Amino acid sequence: MSSKLVDDFLARVLHVDLSSRSFRIERREDLFINYLGGTGVALQLLKEEIDPEVDPLSPDNVVVMAIGVFTGVYPAASKMVAMFKSPLTGNLGESHAGGRAAIALRMAGFGALVIKGASETPIYLSIHDGRVEFRDASALWGVRSTLTIGKVLREREPWPGLRSIMRIGRAGERMVRYASVVLETYRHFGRLGLGAVWGSKKLKAVVIGGKRAIPVADKKAYREIYREIFEECLRNPATRKYHELGTAENVLPLNTIGALPTRNLRSARFECAEGISGESFASSSLARRVACAHCPIACVHIASIRERYAGEKYFYVTRYISYDYEPIYALGSMLGVEEIEGVLKLIEQTDVLGLDAISSGVALAWATEAFERGLLSEKDTLVKPSWGDWRAYMRMLELIVEQPNDFYEQLAKGTEEAARTYGGLDFALTFGGNEMPGYHTGPGAYLGYMIGLRHSHLDNAGYSVDQKYLGKPYPDPKALVDELVNEESWRQVLTSLSLCLFVRGIYTPGLISRALKPIGIELSEEELREIGREIYAGKLELKRRMGFDPLKLRIPRRVLEAESPHGMISEEYIKEALSYYSSRISSLSR
Amino acid sequence: MLSAEKRRLEVVDPDLCVGCMSCMFACSRRFGDSGLNYSAIHVRSVGGVERGFTVVVCRACEDPSCMKVCPTSALMPRKGGGVLLNQRLCIGCGFCAQACPFGAVFWDQNSNKPIICTHCGFCIPFCPYGVIK
Repeated sequence: MSSKLVDDFLARVLHVDLSSRSFRIERREDLFINYLGGTGVALQLLKEEIDPEVDPLSPDNVVVMAIGVFTGVYPAASKMVAMFKSPLTGNLGESHAGGRAAIALRMAGFGALVIKGASETPIYLSIHDGRVEFRDASALWGVRSTLTIGKVLREREPWPGLRSIMRIGRAGERMVRYASVVLETYRHFGRLGLGAVWGSKKLKAVVIGGKRAIPVADKKAYREIYREIFEECLRNPATRKYHELGTAENVLPLNTIGALPTRNLRSARFECAEGISGESFASSSLARRVACAHCPIACVHIASIRERYAGEKYFYVTRYISYDYEPIYALGSMLGVEEIEGVLKLIEQTDVLGLDAISSGVALAWATEAFERGLLSEKDTLVKPSWGDWRAYMRMLELIVEQPNDFYEQLAKGTEEAARTYGGLDFALTFGGNEMPGYHTGPGAYLGYMIGLRHSHLDNAGYSVDQKYLGKPYPDPKALVDELVNEESWRQVLTSLSLCLFVRGIYTPGLISRALKPIGIELSEEELREIGREIYAGKLELKRRMGFDPLKLRIPRRVLEAESPHGMISEEYIKEALSYYSSRISSLSR
Repeated sequence: MLSAEKRRLEVVDPDLCVGCMSCMFACSRRFGDSGLNYSAIHVRSVGGVERGFTVVVCRACEDPSCMKVCPTSALMPRKGGGVLLNQRLCIGCGFCAQACPFGAVFWDQNSNKPIICTHCGFCIPFCPYGVIK
């Protein structure tokens, strides 16, 4: 393995201490050479900096944001990886965002950013031209909408078109434990509460910008392989679909097989799925497609809604809101919302407030059922939740942020916390403390959420394993666990390279190995896989030190009561799989 | 088809643009390196991505503003419109960048000289959405 990076700047890690408002730059060539960037590098830096026992909302929590050797070099290496201790799960938090953040950090001349401490008063960071400016954000604190913050900083900060504006909303300020960080309007560090961690540090925004050249080792080979990857991104049906209907394409197929969680998973089929399908969104509302920086696929779908101002005869406003499968599930079928307008307005509300769409939807779905069952009264909820009533849900999202009473204070801590206080754990759909994504496809999906190190469907794609085995003999619990762990180990390589998982089918081990050569890195396919296993082991080890124990995971009864495409999900099967995983843990975490 | 030296890069419809920046990376890559330093084409949002994008690139003026303000005659007329840069004569004063009303004269941070579009067309195959031709 080479011991030097061709691009000297990538090795620069920017350490920011918000308490003392100081920064320093550290060279960590070793990390980028051994772990390629992204997940691998963020993990090592987090391990070095964090006390695993730390209170996630204390100044001592640490946030690491990292990019990889492919960022700004090859198409679709456009994700920034954030790692921190999650206030939602009390365990390892990892969230990935697209937009322009990854490219902007590389263009600003850094490979990773480490944020520690907390400011006494609201501030934002402006990172450009090799330095950090600590800028007062007192006036920005409490502003109603994250969109306004974007507008304000766009005017004030340099590098238009070559920057990222990441900011939290009021949800983050008020430390709702599933608050997001919003960037470039339509992308997010959505999951696991990075927004709350920023809020606890009084960090309102981070703006990063710059422009520079990235040297490569073999210019000719680089150009050739670039073209090959670029063309494949556009030609491959596996990536084309993300451009055409986008992820919303999943609504109808999942509904058809009976895997679309509906009304807090009382059912896995939504009778109004047609109305909120990718096809319906496209034909009635699609206004524009946009791309993350340096990705030709352009999967971001933006809808427009045109509305007449109240009391006006001929005066309208047109607003633009992005949609994806997950928010359509969480704020659509999960809440029984039948109309596109309702789904879009709820999505917009989560954006305005800076809330994670998935967690918010699942929390509201639990609250609706708890209300119906009499566990909650209108004194608690203040408005009357009922399936499909998106206007009531709009208000409830605001109340989660405002937290005017005990109930909303609890709900702001997450569905699981609220259910522990008010009852209804059996239908609180959280895994490892994280609200579930939208796939009731079978045991693979749920095991995937449970043992996935981010409790995300993207960790190991259990939902896709389930769909692969439809109509075929389903693997036994051990084989399933092995399959999920292998997939997750490999994905550590992809996310360390800061690749978007939508291009996982293009960036095969063979292609990655070939693409690394022109930038001066020689790694065989097997060496890549070994790096993946090592990062997986490291994450699992840190997660265990933070208290993770697969045998203590709660299986919400509801998932065993709703029929899946593989029939009823058996608790024994899940338990056997978890106990097998638990027995493998010491060898997996090394 | 015009000969290469007379060809002119055209923005067909900026509303087709998705803001992927592939053209910018391509332009920068024509010299071999990656990154964005050498790009003579620039895409940015029109006040937030929700409003769409604007594509800024040399329009190959017949009577270019940039050329008129060059104190050393480093910018000379190009056959199909626009200018050619003589690096040797350029003193890096930056007047050309200020003079272009489109902001289509960019700056090379490394050499401290302008980046002038030569209308070579290298970026075109890297725009999948037909924004430029």
